Amino acid sequence: MTTLITLAYLLAAVLFILGLSQLSSPKSARNGNFTAAAGMLIAIGATVPLLHFTRAGVAIVAIGVLIGTVIGTVGARVVKMTAIPQMVALFNGVGGGAAALVAVAELLKFGMHPPFSEALPSVLSIAIGSISFAGSLVAFAKLQELMTGRPITYPGQQIVNGLLALGVVGFAVAELAIASVPFAFVSLMVLALILGVAFVLPIGGADMPVVISLLNACTGLAVAATGFTLNNFALIVAGTLVGASGSLLTKLMSDAMGRSIGNILFGAFGQVRAGASAAAGAQGRSVRSASAEDLGTLLAYSQRVIIVPGYGLAVAQAQHAARELADVLEKRGVDVEYAIHPVAGRMPGHMNVLLAEANVPYEQLKEMDEVNDDFKNADVALIVGANDVVNPAARSTPGSPIYGMPILNADQAKNIIFMKRSMRPGFAGIDNDLMYGPKTVMFFGDAKDSLTRLVSAVKAA
Amino acid sequence: MNNELLNELTFFVLAVFVGFEVISKVPTILHTPLMSGTNAIHGIILVGAVLIAAGANSPLNIALGLVAVTLATTNVVGGFVVTDRMLEMFRGRQQAKKE
Repeated sequence: MTTLITLAYLLAAVLFILGLSQLSSPKSARNGNFTAAAGMLIAIGATVPLLHFTRAGVAIVAIGVLIGTVIGTVGARVVKMTAIPQMVALFNGVGGGAAALVAVAELLKFGMHPPFSEALPSVLSIAIGSISFAGSLVAFAKLQELMTGRPITYPGQQIVNGLLALGVVGFAVAELAIASVPFAFVSLMVLALILGVAFVLPIGGADMPVVISLLNACTGLAVAATGFTLNNFALIVAGTLVGASGSLLTKLMSDAMGRSIGNILFGAFGQVRAGASAAAGAQGRSVRSASAEDLGTLLAYSQRVIIVPGYGLAVAQAQHAARELADVLEKRGVDVEYAIHPVAGRMPGHMNVLLAEANVPYEQLKEMDEVNDDFKNADVALIVGANDVVNPAARSTPGSPIYGMPILNADQAKNIIFMKRSMRPGFAGIDNDLMYGPKTVMFFGDAKDSLTRLVSAVKAA
Repeated sequence: MNNELLNELTFFVLAVFVGFEVISKVPTILHTPLMSGTNAIHGIILVGAVLIAAGANSPLNIALGLVAVTLATTNVVGGFVVTDRMLEMFRGRQQAKKE
């Protein structure tokens, strides 16, 4: 029987790996998700013969699975596409919480003196899982705008966070070295929860994707650690896969922002900002704006238009209007492409999902490296609700908080139409020189309205 | 170090390399679904949650088990459903024209 269960776990692990590799192409990605889900069903099914149910056990498993299924399904079904990042944060956090609780329950079984090989992974799982749980909830709150998305900083913050981290390590060591006393691991859990909150608070909303990805990797590791405690092969392999892939994804994301992970996590963003926004106090500078009719004519008689979508487009639910504009332009023979910055939206790939939702064929979606040399041949760069990802300060102003981030070369297009609701700065909170450029025309208004007006103007031109 | 722990360490190290290898091939445009998909996979903690919940006999264990199973199920179900929702929207040019 044990052999069969182990073989089933092995099959599940193979399906997880296959699923992840199928995710590498848009064509097979959906099947990849099904493959991984099948692996999950097999792993859970194979566990059933291992269970020795008590009467209460049957009830809580049934109730827990029922409630979790309802919350998970409803949450995932009703969430708006723009809110996907915070939903991922939430689902990630609950996984971390579950890993910590399982480790607690397992540790309790051993009484006062658990063997070291069981206690070490349990303690790791409790600490990492709790940090992931609390950190993910703060990330959720920031993205859902239940609290400010700006970094929350106070004097001595680094010291306080350092002490919290030391406290977590201290209680972990105490737990391992002295004895399994409830006080030690309850304290460990509470401190780890506080550390999770304190760790995410000083990080700005723009950096949340990197944080969520890191916490995703953490949950994976917490699950793997719990696997060591339970001596469960499926947990070790699946948790480690997520830990490794999540770490790599975190690095890819911070690379896309041109910054090191340390720089993102330890608050350089917040510190530089004060200086930069003071230096950029250029509210008095003038910008050009134009009517929908003028812009419609400009677009209609262009040969090549590159649309640069940003989060503002998603907030205004303007994806369909953008596709409509692309359609009428293509009908006139204009070549239309979308330039997708790696961190457009709130997460790498997020913008692709939002545009795919509006039936934009993915062949038109160009990644930054693919499209950046095309801007100089483009007649119009149409910037819709994006800001920081086209800010030339990233290339030219060493003091700027976004200095070094790779940007889209929208400033090299022959004309730039900058659609914005107002002159308010973007997520990074800094001014954008591109708006004041000689080739730039501002078109103020709600993105959806403005695009719809451009569609009529192009049709009339 | 006993044999079981050695085996487990072997799985762990190999899984680290497989994790890196598999992910390094994913294009940027699929990073969000990928994050969400891996997020669903660590929902495997449901296996652990069910293992501790099934044998629960003290009030403390019942409480821990119930919360752990609920959270883990939310992770698994929500993770896979939301990933599928994202991925069903990726269509090629031809599919997009048909609709």
